Amino acid sequence: MIKWLKSMVALGALLAAQPAPAALNIFACEPEWGSLAKELGGDKVSVYIATNALQDPHHIEARPSLIARARSADLVVCTGAELEVGWLPLVQTQSGNPKIQAGQAGHFEAARYVVALEVPQRVDRALGDVHAAGNPHVHLDPHNIAKVTAALSERMVQLDGAEAGTYRSRAKAFLERWQQAVARWEKQAVPLKGMPIVVYHKDMSYLINWLGMREAGTLEPKPGLPPTTAQLSDLLARLAKEPAKVVVRSAYNDPRAVEWLAERARIPAVVLPFTVGGSDRAKDLFGLFDDSLSRLLAVAK
Amino acid sequence: MFIIRSIGAAIALALTIPLPALAQDAELAKIREEIRQMKEVYEQRIQALEKRLATTETKAGKAEQSAASVESAATAAANRTGENAYNPAVSLVLQGTYARTSQDPNSFGITGFMPSGGEVGPPKRSFGLAETELALAANIDPYFRGVAIAALAPEGGASVEEAYFQTLALPQGFTLKGGRFFSGIGYQNEQHQHAWDFQDAPLPYKAFLGTTLKQDGVQLKWVAPTDLFIELGAELSSGDQFPGSDRNKNGIGGSAIFGHVGGDIGASYAWRAGLSYLKASPQNRSYQDADSLDGAVTNSFTGDARLWVADAVLKWAPNGNATSTNFKLQGEYFRFRQDGQLTYDDTAQAAPQFGVAFTNPLNADQSGYYLQGIWQFMPRWRAGYRYDALRYGTVNNGIVTSGAGPGAADFPLLANYNPSRNTLMFDWNPTEFSRIRLQLAQDKSRLGATDNQVFVQYIYSLGAHGAHKF
Repeated sequence: MIKWLKSMVALGALLAAQPAPAALNIFACEPEWGSLAKELGGDKVSVYIATNALQDPHHIEARPSLIARARSADLVVCTGAELEVGWLPLVQTQSGNPKIQAGQAGHFEAARYVVALEVPQRVDRALGDVHAAGNPHVHLDPHNIAKVTAALSERMVQLDGAEAGTYRSRAKAFLERWQQAVARWEKQAVPLKGMPIVVYHKDMSYLINWLGMREAGTLEPKPGLPPTTAQLSDLLARLAKEPAKVVVRSAYNDPRAVEWLAERARIPAVVLPFTVGGSDRAKDLFGLFDDSLSRLLAVAK
Repeated sequence: MFIIRSIGAAIALALTIPLPALAQDAELAKIREEIRQMKEVYEQRIQALEKRLATTETKAGKAEQSAASVESAATAAANRTGENAYNPAVSLVLQGTYARTSQDPNSFGITGFMPSGGEVGPPKRSFGLAETELALAANIDPYFRGVAIAALAPEGGASVEEAYFQTLALPQGFTLKGGRFFSGIGYQNEQHQHAWDFQDAPLPYKAFLGTTLKQDGVQLKWVAPTDLFIELGAELSSGDQFPGSDRNKNGIGGSAIFGHVGGDIGASYAWRAGLSYLKASPQNRSYQDADSLDGAVTNSFTGDARLWVADAVLKWAPNGNATSTNFKLQGEYFRFRQDGQLTYDDTAQAAPQFGVAFTNPLNADQSGYYLQGIWQFMPRWRAGYRYDALRYGTVNNGIVTSGAGPGAADFPLLANYNPSRNTLMFDWNPTEFSRIRLQLAQDKSRLGATDNQVFVQYIYSLGAHGAHKF
């Protein structure tokens, strides 16, 4: 009897010794928002990131692990603009979690807080995988990250008022460091102005727009269609007349078409991390832009 | 006058004569200093102008951005007004086949098993249109979502495949669904035909569930708040779909419970496994058979039907990126027991053998399974192989064993036989919305008649983007 009581007390002590649960459970659709949520929440939030930098965000399925994690989430932080239309709605309706349904406070769409590029005049699948609300890959312009930071920290305050002070002060500190870093990057990136680059998919538009570069063509004939030999030959002919400086792909793209074009057009091929985790240096948002810029600058000479 | 003139001329003359070097240097230094000062002043002014230009440019940029955002807000606002603003998401699936079969599709039957009454046979020979599926879905209000999926049959008429409401706001991980919906038992039962990896359903689905079990009733699902995906569900229904029957009776006709677990293994593997149990109580569930002299017989079964299903699926993609290559392994095992009374009735014939109906106990314990693997070996191209089989098991037909009248030869559909089939398929997917498939099968569902099948199938979907189910 005494032994049993002792073991119960020990068990109770063990359970009591567990770390206090995080105030906010965040489900981030993509690594860039997960990284941002960690910066703004610190140890007050626990962040689960649904996809990694080596996955094409268009082709994710609503697999069981995502549904299970969404079940316990207080806040879902995603891009929106129909980037996750193939899987997030199913994860939301199957999770049994009323807080994260579309339109609720627990569903945060980053693309709402930035100005969209490439909003199509006409939405038609014959034009490829075009998004009605514009290009959804908004995180590659650091000014957009700043805009999303302001909105995300306020949403976190709305959902977890007890930690409002923490979230606001962390957001302020992050934005100060961020603005300094942005100024530094813009000075560094002056040699990239006007540089013509070929991209694999139209996922670099915000980076190109921010740095004043020029998109000289895409390997995909239309967004979402894999490169074909016909398209690559056409592109090669075009580049012979109007050469590009470099051909760029994201870490999750297939390397073969890029290597083929780089060899034939005699221009360097560059892999950009595209998001946090896409390369060793891109461990957070600062590293993402540091690494992307240094890789581009290395071939700008 | 003349003196001033002469002095002026002298000065002019003096100036034209090269001055000594020292005086020249001083002049040069002065001039250089003046030029330097001028440069400084102009540089400052140019810098000031550049600064002003930069600020103006940023202001212009900001103005452009705010103009663009106002424009996009205006367009968004325009899209949000009007009576069409709340229209549901509409999508349409177009399907058709070209089929070549060595056996007549109209005489298809699975020997050894009571017919399930569903559309279990192969498509018609030559060109044939398959069902066109129209799906509408929208949120009804903050509490409910509604989905309706109708199948437009090629021969005319529309049938309701699914029409249900689903809750959005139940707490603690619960979701309630009500109306007509595909049952959550097994793995493939919840998938619509156009999402299958083969043109047709596996043999156990054809024999035990009439291709797909649709429940008219309610379903309650619960997702556990754990990192491992654990989902439990229960369904109550009218029980009027096979293996049940339409009973015109108060109360609950059929029920089902199921549990699924799933998760990830590393970044490249995702899996889900489940166990399900289905119970129905058919009354006078009838089917047509032929007696030993090929006359028409109507048999009917009354009793309990119980089905156990174990399912598992494993998906692989390098780093979880399914764009270039991926692999899916899927299998389900079924155990089907029926206990009740079987009635044999040949009284409708002009010259019947017996002229009276026989009713005796029937106890059947049968099973089946399938295993399939689909491999996307390059972008847009997939290959798949499936093996499915049914086991006759034990069928104690009281009418035959009693020796009172009809013998085993009068129940050709219940002959002791183990159907099986081998299927191979290749499909080309230009995008996720279009698919063209070539399927080859050797179908041994019918005793004594192996069917060699070749199908070419197209599946196109248009409209709202469907969701990628696991």
